[in-house]
Amino acid sequence: MASHGIRDRVAIVGMGCTPFGEHWDKGLDDLIVDASTEALGGAGITKDEVDAFWFGTAQSGMSGITLARPLQLQGKPVTRVENYCTTGSEALRAAAYAVASGAYDVAMAVGAEKVKDSGYQGLNAVNPPGDGTARTLTAAAMFSMVAPAYAKKYGVDEETLTDVLATISAKNHFNGARNPRAQFRREVSKETICASPRVAGTLGVFDCAGVADGAAAAVVVRAEDAGRYTDKPLYIKALSFAAGSGSGLIDPDYDYTHFPECELAARDAYAQAGITDPRRQLALAEVHDCFTPTELVLMEDLGFAGRGEAWKEVLAGTFALDGELPVNPDGGLKSFGHPVGASGLRMFFECWLQLRREAPAERQVPVERGLALTHNLGGYPGEMVSFVSVVGTALG
Amino acid sequence: MRGLISAAGYLPYWRLQRSDVQAFLGSGGGRGTRAVASHDEDTTTMGVEAARLALRGAPGAAVDGLWFATTSPAYLDKTNATAVVAALRLPAEVGAFDFGGGLRSGLGALMAALRGTGTTLVVAADQRDGLPGGADESFGGDGAAALVVGDDGPGTPVVAELRGVASASDEFVDRWRTPGERRSKAWEERFAETRYLPLARDAWARACKAAGVEAGDVTKVAVCSMHGRAAKAVAGKLGLAEGALADDLAATVGQTGTAHPGLLLAAMLERARPGDVLAVVNLADGADVLVLRATAAVSSWRPARPVADQLAGGAVSYGRFLSWRQMLTPEPPRRPEPQRVSTPAAWRAEDWKFGFVGTRDRTSGAVHLPPSRVSMRGGAVDDMEALPMADAVGTVVTYTVDRLAYSPSPPIVFAVVDFDGGGRFPVELTDVDAERIAIGDRVEMTFRRLFSADGIHDYFWKGRPLRSATPEGDGTAARAATAD
Repeated sequence: MASHGIRDRVAIVGMGCTPFGEHWDKGLDDLIVDASTEALGGAGITKDEVDAFWFGTAQSGMSGITLARPLQLQGKPVTRVENYCTTGSEALRAAAYAVASGAYDVAMAVGAEKVKDSGYQGLNAVNPPGDGTARTLTAAAMFSMVAPAYAKKYGVDEETLTDVLATISAKNHFNGARNPRAQFRREVSKETICASPRVAGTLGVFDCAGVADGAAAAVVVRAEDAGRYTDKPLYIKALSFAAGSGSGLIDPDYDYTHFPECELAARDAYAQAGITDPRRQLALAEVHDCFTPTELVLMEDLGFAGRGEAWKEVLAGTFALDGELPVNPDGGLKSFGHPVGASGLRMFFECWLQLRREAPAERQVPVERGLALTHNLGGYPGEMVSFVSVVGTALG
Repeated sequence: MRGLISAAGYLPYWRLQRSDVQAFLGSGGGRGTRAVASHDEDTTTMGVEAARLALRGAPGAAVDGLWFATTSPAYLDKTNATAVVAALRLPAEVGAFDFGGGLRSGLGALMAALRGTGTTLVVAADQRDGLPGGADESFGGDGAAALVVGDDGPGTPVVAELRGVASASDEFVDRWRTPGERRSKAWEERFAETRYLPLARDAWARACKAAGVEAGDVTKVAVCSMHGRAAKAVAGKLGLAEGALADDLAATVGQTGTAHPGLLLAAMLERARPGDVLAVVNLADGADVLVLRATAAVSSWRPARPVADQLAGGAVSYGRFLSWRQMLTPEPPRRPEPQRVSTPAAWRAEDWKFGFVGTRDRTSGAVHLPPSRVSMRGGAVDDMEALPMADAVGTVVTYTVDRLAYSPSPPIVFAVVDFDGGGRFPVELTDVDAERIAIGDRVEMTFRRLFSADGIHDYFWKGRPLRSATPEGDGTAARAATAD
């Protein structure tokens, strides 16, 4: 019994990502076609050369047909994947394992979400019939409970914590302003962030990820075949996943200052990739900044900062675009919004650009370290799923 | 000997200043306050709260019948008493029946139980409505009462024995409301007053005779009616001793309709001494009179939360009151409304949903809310014991205010609560000021209606700040403070 991983056995050889935003003029099928066409083109192949497909969508469609119809895939194995907000990452994990197993030569992961057709604010899950006792809180409210708990545990005063969270938001908007595919492409000042209307607890509008439509896609092949498709493949070093049991919600020992599922997934990923000092070995990290306190806590859960230290590192600029370890150089969920099925693959897309030195110069980070991390979570504090991957430019 | 084994009133937390009506509309209102059910309360939930208090005052009672009376039922066709039975976790053998419609049904159910057999929990609850600015809106009040009726026995001493009952019925249209209407109408007051006076005197005389008491010997009398003028006139014609007329709670609570006789009876019983003769007169389409005498056991009876302790509440604005009563429709949050509750899912979860019963792992002691078959600690399967948590008290560990989520009355105040003795539950808080909640606040559980969809009400539990005696408290201090 062990988590062995598939280090260096699978490579990403093509990726696509649509601009994220309010695509009033594009349906789900359009987004799928756009992202898939870009990914296939990057790998220099046609859809017929792909042996199997995994399609991630949380609630924009049911079954593999949701992908097979717009792409007109004839008789291919197409599977729909759903795993909360990690849905896009999970599509890639499945495709990579399928190739690593030898079952297929070429596989493709596509993630897409059409959110803005609902007519409501925010993300709204459609739940199965129930007994009426489940919570009906928004995600913002659930995550808002992290901020005061963190501040209390580590003795951070309210004013400082507000500044820390605003720094995270401002940093991600700064990065997003340099990304033509982001939903929000404007820098936002800390003053504006702090003055935004409260949504839940102390969280304001600018502490929350936006809501957007979007799609992203990746083509994966065996590592030894990668050279046939591209000169600059990304090798998969680690894919890890941890689903909590939901017991954090009812466990009196849980204190809302960390996400155990993310710690577990990170530990497993680092073991798979042979990483011992992530802060110094990673060139960049794309993390799930659904709310500003989430990114703060993740810096500790992912081992980028010691417990109770992340707030100081944030203020010191450690995770800024020109910092020691740039986090969310593409702007994160903060700038991209969160089309659930696409977000995980969008994070890989930024690693694809950055590690291949294809990001626009104004946000290209130094990538001599050759490794990048993506982290994706779904659910709430106490009841969460978490994904962590590491990709790199070289074998070994 | 047959009589009351326990009694309790339940008053919702919120109070409307009647003067706010005048300030808002330019007319109507009056002096004092009225009790207002929160947006998540209905007659069923208020009845549950009253019944919980009554049963705490009668720990040994084996209830075999539950009769629920209201003029404002949460459901028609479907019995409301079964939800009360489920929330109280009474056994399935309990006959659960609704007494519906008329304002006499509350006292009528109590009189029937007193003249019957077995141990009956009589519950009455009303939510009194009226059009904005009208007399009914200000004069009415929301509340519930519950009375445990049975035979004197070891462990279930009767604290007030039945001495006499009498009724005088007559057919005349004084106050009426057609089904589906929110608003009651009333005939010109003078006519009914002339009818109620002779009916009340007749019933009063027969009840006193049956009880073997003279009117002047009755220690305390409560006169209830939605016809305030008749109630006042009747009270003056009963031949009562000085100071025998009980406070009708008009200044603080308002008239709670079917609940009012039981509510005032509970309030009188809380202050009664052995030998006191207590009477209730209810005027509605006739007159009904009930005479009881407090027994020696009343001195050792402990009301769980006296009515007197519930008279003060928190202020609700008139605008919010109107929106809670659906007289005014504020813009809802732009979020989808909840789906209707699944009947089979709710039935399977009956102990949890209605009774707030979790499970505890026999090996690790870990408390699971909701119940789980597999333990979160150690992984034992099907080795759990049921753990009723409705009476548990807890502490707020952390909290948040959700301004975006759907609620019939935003925002949602939500807290993570750790219960004394073990167990944690993240739960919505109610009867709370969002600006005043704090970590460390003490919280008790209360049965509420979360929302309604497709006409199906979603009942479940919420937390609310612990304000008066603890659920397990004995009420002695309040009793001493209110004794005259």
